[in-house]
Order: sequence, then C-alpha cells, then structure tokens
Amino acid sequence: MISSAIFGIENNGLLAITALLTGAGLVALALWLAKQISPRSFNPQKGEAYECGIPTRGDSMAQFKIGYYLYAILFLMFDVETVFLFPWAVRMRELGVNGLISIAVFFGILVLGLVYAWRKGALEWK
Amino acid sequence: MQDLSFITAWIDQLFRGVMPGWAATTIECLLVGVGLLLVYSLLALFYIYYERKLCAAFQCRLGPNRVGPWGLLQSFADMFKMLIKEIIHLDHIDRFLFALAPYLVIIASMLAFAVLPWGNGLQVLNFNIGIFFLLAVSSIGVLGILLAGWSSNNKFTLIGSLRSGAQMVSYELSIGLSIITMVCLAGTMSVEGIVTEQSDLWFIFKGHIPAIIAFVIYMIAGTAETNRGPFDLPEAESELTAGYHTEYSGIHFGFFYLAEYLNLFIVSGVAALMFFGGWMPLHIPGFDGFNHIMDYIPSVVWFLGKCFVLSFIIIQFKWTFPRLRIDQLLSLEWKYLLPINLVNLVLMVLIIVFNLHF
Repeated sequence: MISSAIFGIENNGLLAITALLTGAGLVALALWLAKQISPRSFNPQKGEAYECGIPTRGDSMAQFKIGYYLYAILFLMFDVETVFLFPWAVRMRELGVNGLISIAVFFGILVLGLVYAWRKGALEWK
Repeated sequence: MQDLSFITAWIDQLFRGVMPGWAATTIECLLVGVGLLLVYSLLALFYIYYERKLCAAFQCRLGPNRVGPWGLLQSFADMFKMLIKEIIHLDHIDRFLFALAPYLVIIASMLAFAVLPWGNGLQVLNFNIGIFFLLAVSSIGVLGILLAGWSSNNKFTLIGSLRSGAQMVSYELSIGLSIITMVCLAGTMSVEGIVTEQSDLWFIFKGHIPAIIAFVIYMIAGTAETNRGPFDLPEAESELTAGYHTEYSGIHFGFFYLAEYLNLFIVSGVAALMFFGGWMPLHIPGFDGFNHIMDYIPSVVWFLGKCFVLSFIIIQFKWTFPRLRIDQLLSLEWKYLLPINLVNLVLMVLIIVFNLHF
C-alpha cells in the first residue's frame, strides 16, 4: 500500500486532535467575533421561551413519550451488533468457512431479536 | 494518477531544513487546521448557494441573483448578516449544555470531514479503521442535537430534538449495515485501502446487485441522517417552528445551519468513497487507452465532482417528495430498510464466497 501521510505526519492521533481543535476553534472564533460586532439590547420579554407569543406554561424539561426510549433500546442492540460485524467483514476472506459459520450463528441471533421485537409490537408507533 | 502528496512533502522538507522537528510538526498541524477551516467554511457556503439555486430551478424561479455575479456572494452576505445579529441570552435554559451543543455538532462534522479522501495523497486523517472512525464521530452529532433541544427549555425544541434523535439513530443502522456490505467486498476499513481497491473498477459495478441495493439504501438513509428532504420532520416548520434550534439566535443558529450543509457534503462524500471510488477515476478493465485519458483529470476534481452529483440527487429528493409522518418514517427504517439490508448483506457474502464479483 502506498503511504501518503499529509506533511509526512504519521501520527494520526495528532491530526485527529488538530481536527477536533479546529472544530472547537471555529465555534469559539465565530462566537467571539459575533460578540464584538453584534448589538445588545435589553428587554424583560426577550429571555422568555419562543412559543408563538403566548406565555409558557410549566417547565419544558418534562417527561416525554416512551416510544422514543423503546427505539433507543432497539438501536443500542443493533448498533453494538454491527460494531461486532465490522472486524469480521474485514477478515472475511481469511477466516473462511469457520468464520462464516460462527458469524451465521451470531447473525441468526440478531435476526431473531428483530423478529421478537416485531412480533411484540415494539416497532409500532402508537 | 499523479500523487499530490509531493506538495505537502516539499513543504515538510522546507520547514525541517530551517527549524527543529517539533516546531515543524506544530506549524504543519496549524497549516492543516487552517486548511480544514477554510475548505470547511467555503464548502458550506458554496453548498448553501448550490441548494438555493437548484431549488429555484426545480420551482421555475431564478434563485439568488442580486449579490455578486449570478448571486455568488449571497451566502457570504447571509453569513455576515448572521454574525452581526444579537445573540439573545435566555432566562430558563441550561446554560452549559446550551453552549456545548453547537461545539459538538461542529466538531463531529469537522472530524468526519477530515477523514474524506480529497485526492491522491491529500487525505488528512488516514487511520487503518478510517470508515469505522467516520461512523463513530458522525454519531456525536446526534448528541449535540439532543442537547440543543433539551437545554433550550422549549416544548418545540424538545419534540424536535427527540424526533431527530429517534430518526438519526434509526437510520444510522442502515448506513452502518450498507457500509459493512461494502467493507465485506473491500476487505479493508482504511479509506486509502478502499480507494486503492477500486483502482480497476468502482465498487458499484464490482458488486453486482447487492452493491446497487446497498447504494440505494445508503442514499435513503443518508438523506434521513442529514435531517433533510422528505425526512425533515425534526424541523417541520408548520408544526414545530424551527425544531431543535428554535431558541438559537444569530451565529449560534448559524453553526447548526453550517453543520447541516456540511453533513450533506459528508454523506455524499462517503457515498462517493464507498461506491464510486473516492478520488479514483473511472477505470474499465481492458480499455487501457480510456483509462489513461481518465487519469489526466485531477483526482480532486473527480472527488468533488462525484460529491456534487450525489448531493444533487439528495437535494432533488427534498424538492420532489412530500414530508413523511413519524410513524411512516420509523416503519420505513425498521420494517423495510433494515430487513432488506440484512438480506442484502447475506447476498453479498454469498457473492464473495462463490467468487461471482468482478
């Protein structure tokens, strides 16, 4: 494989941190700039929540629909399983038949989980 | 294909000649940061202009045409307007999380942005698990959106962010599975390796039907992942004012806007990488003369061209289809795309095992 690291920097962690700091720097810089040039005005109504002009009733950090939670749990299950599929996908050709059989068992359990959730009605939005 | 890394290597030589190694590395990291920043903001501004012009064309309008020639400077003017708007300080919000959310959204897109293969030898982050890293960092963006909605203390933002969270995590599965399908074919997770694997033929042609199915699923899921098009219910204007970023004002809102367009670019960039060979020119085995002519087009032009064409498709989705309901959206993912994707993965494995691919 050809190696073509940018500037000859082989340390990818360093570059990742650079990208991270660049992202943070972009936000910080733009916010600082906006603070310098943007106007300020004060008004007691200004700090209120923007809900179509009617005064807000109650706290908004409230309980919400359980359906979202259910999908989050399902997502967690499937996402962790996809994470486990990735290493096998890379080494698939080397692992051969043994790898195929073991991943078929794993995959079968994954599909069973989906079928179970489907039959239980977890995929219905009510 | 010309290897463009000679440019950075030359600069590296120049610095190392006049200063110690650590200083050269620091300056080079700074250069990488400035380069990323410039390309990031210019591309986002270009994408805003691109979408507005395209949407105007779909609706038989002219689109922006006042600021600069053909309205080219319109998005610069918009960004400047956002900079000079007041940032409103709200009363009942969770200040820390409210301030943190734009950072998370921008950092997630910046890290994913750095992994993309810009050209031959012009890739910033070159991990051996590149595509996996990209999936991992792009899911940080969901956190930013959830925090933005939760901390704003507004019912609209709460509903918008929860919808967005449910949608993005659901469609992330489809993206992950269709990428696994292609990783099976590639046999590597390194971005550079995936591009090199496609030097004889792009994966969409190599992988027969499974690759095409994976591509279609990826495009649908990618549209949903960017909260766009028929899947834009997190910010359905008629119901939720502006969704999760209702309470953000001025440049604070601008960050979400920037990240949204950049995510559009990243999604099309990953599609270009996984299915259309990244920066690799169109090569057909056996047609050596044709392949040689294709090599004359620079790799950066190939990559950006593929991205713009794929973004065109995603933008066309937005202006063609009506918005879905949340139950339709979730059943589309969990009852159609996910099972099809699982079957598709098995198909791809069978094709590789019986050596049916090109």
